[in-house]
Amino acid sequence: MTRPAAPATASGTPAGSSPAAQAPSGTARGADRLATGRAPRRGRPGQRFVVLRTAVAVVAALVVAFPLWWMLVVAFSPRGEVFGRGLRLVPSTVTLENFTRVLDRYPVAEWFGNSVVIGVFVTVLTVLVNLLAGYAFAHVRFVGRSFVFLTFLATLMIPVQAIMVAQFRLVTGLGIYGTYWSVILPSAATAFGVFLARQFMLGVPTELLEAARLDGAGHLRIFARIVLPLSGPLVAVLVLLTLLGSWNDFAWPLIALKDPDLFTLPIGLLYLKGQTTPDYNAIMAMAVLTVLPMVALFVAFQRFFVQGFVRSGVR
Amino acid sequence: MSRSGTAAPAATTGPAGRRGGATTAPRPGLRSARLREGLVGWAFLGPNLVLLVTFLVVPILGALVLSLQQTRGFGDPEWVGLQNYARMVTDAAFWQSFGNTVVFTVVTVPLEMALGLGLAVLLDGVLPGQRVWRTLIVLPLVISGVASAMIAVILFTEANGLVNQVLGAVGVGGVPWQSDGTLAMVSVIVTMVWLRVGLNMIVYLAGLQGVSPELHEAAELDGANAAQRFRSITLPLVGPSTFFLLVLNVIASFQVFDLVFVMTGGGPGYSTSVLGTYAYRNGFEIREQGYGAALGVVILVVTLLFTVVQWRTNRTRDLTE
Repeated sequence: MTRPAAPATASGTPAGSSPAAQAPSGTARGADRLATGRAPRRGRPGQRFVVLRTAVAVVAALVVAFPLWWMLVVAFSPRGEVFGRGLRLVPSTVTLENFTRVLDRYPVAEWFGNSVVIGVFVTVLTVLVNLLAGYAFAHVRFVGRSFVFLTFLATLMIPVQAIMVAQFRLVTGLGIYGTYWSVILPSAATAFGVFLARQFMLGVPTELLEAARLDGAGHLRIFARIVLPLSGPLVAVLVLLTLLGSWNDFAWPLIALKDPDLFTLPIGLLYLKGQTTPDYNAIMAMAVLTVLPMVALFVAFQRFFVQGFVRSGVR
Repeated sequence: MSRSGTAAPAATTGPAGRRGGATTAPRPGLRSARLREGLVGWAFLGPNLVLLVTFLVVPILGALVLSLQQTRGFGDPEWVGLQNYARMVTDAAFWQSFGNTVVFTVVTVPLEMALGLGLAVLLDGVLPGQRVWRTLIVLPLVISGVASAMIAVILFTEANGLVNQVLGAVGVGGVPWQSDGTLAMVSVIVTMVWLRVGLNMIVYLAGLQGVSPELHEAAELDGANAAQRFRSITLPLVGPSTFFLLVLNVIASFQVFDLVFVMTGGGPGYSTSVLGTYAYRNGFEIREQGYGAALGVVILVVTLLFTVVQWRTNRTRDLTE
């Protein structure tokens, strides 16, 4: 894998001084090793007490995973069973009736589609603009670069709760309230990926870029033909984390989407809970449908997720 | 949409960039080359900058303006100066929400970090099936806050939730997870720690990879026991990870919204209300947008203060070490 080495200059730059934007370099290096699963060095003190440590690992994993198991149990149990008398940790019979019921009664398929459409648009738009900005911060010299960089950094600190009322009025004023765009555009307004992008692109060997410049290539060409093809792992991390963030986003879509037909899955889940007699088996069936795509992506691309989590601390 | 995102810089940078390479030789062109480089830089930033300014900077300014107004009903907003802020001083629900947010943060953050570090130390090194255990512990990170909260709602249901069934089996009957304010807060805290312990663990695991085993060996030869080695070697060396996590965790806890909103709605009464849910309530449920905006400004200011403080301490530490 052609992964440019992490630049050594990080601590001297504004990025290096903000831990919120990226993990300390030791951690980041550790993340790579952790993520690539390279064999740990021999003689680590942790080679002892293997049985005890494995036991603790198993217990911890079971405790943490139990709520997810419980989601499955409730989703696949006959209606009302787990809420009856007596402790029961597995369904008496595995049934799909909760799934068919929730799909019949509520536009869950549409909500799923809305989540996909919004997720894809947010991801493509966000990653694209973040990559472009990251390139500018890494390889283009221009007046005001440090200042703009700090400004970008500062925007990461702005919580949605702080500006939601004003953002709601803005979106209404722009006439996009209640459309997909009212979720997509504000969600794409983030500098989240810029710092990872800049950091990664700084690692592209300058000789490559110099050679391309001497050949008369402009920045756009260098970006598209040299830097991007070397940035596969970066793009993977950005795409996965952005998609995850959009898929699970709640506060803003809750405000921006009023029409139940446009709901995303999390808002739909809340809608189900808001019914006069909430059907918890159906809610868990829908929760399974909601989390399944991300769990599948996580299992398939765990390396990139872990790298992204460790370096950026999730969104 | 994505296409228009690329079109902007393509139009400006294409020709300029191509000529940029050629102008390096003749001297008179040096200034214009630098100018062109500058334009190219701004063009690359352009799309991201436009989005940030439109949907973050403008709303912040909007929130500041709105926080000085009163917007009851559908009439025109009315200037009220600092009245919204003055109102907070005497608003018991605001202070309760503020206090709850602080308590929530102060309790969740150390728990998340201690559990994360403990698990990381235990899981560092080779274990049978370690990939499976690690994956399971990290898995909640990809589960949406709403889905997690919904699972927690079902587990903690007072009448017949699993938690109370289990507690009932060992003789503790009918714990009021929803009707008692303190217990409701406990249930949200437990859920938050459950959600985030995996993140803390993997960041610490990554930090531990940077700790050289030779140090442990040397300390062991000098007769240091496991506890001493943990305190004098492991803890200082995962310092950067601790700091990184502290910032992330405090921000995440201070801005908690999804879990509280779905699990308790801030209730019973205001006993689990936090700043995020209280601002939402005022801005969108009671529809007092001016007051809601003012609450948002307070959240923003506190977040920024914390960020500045941690940034400064980090700076000082960088300089002294």
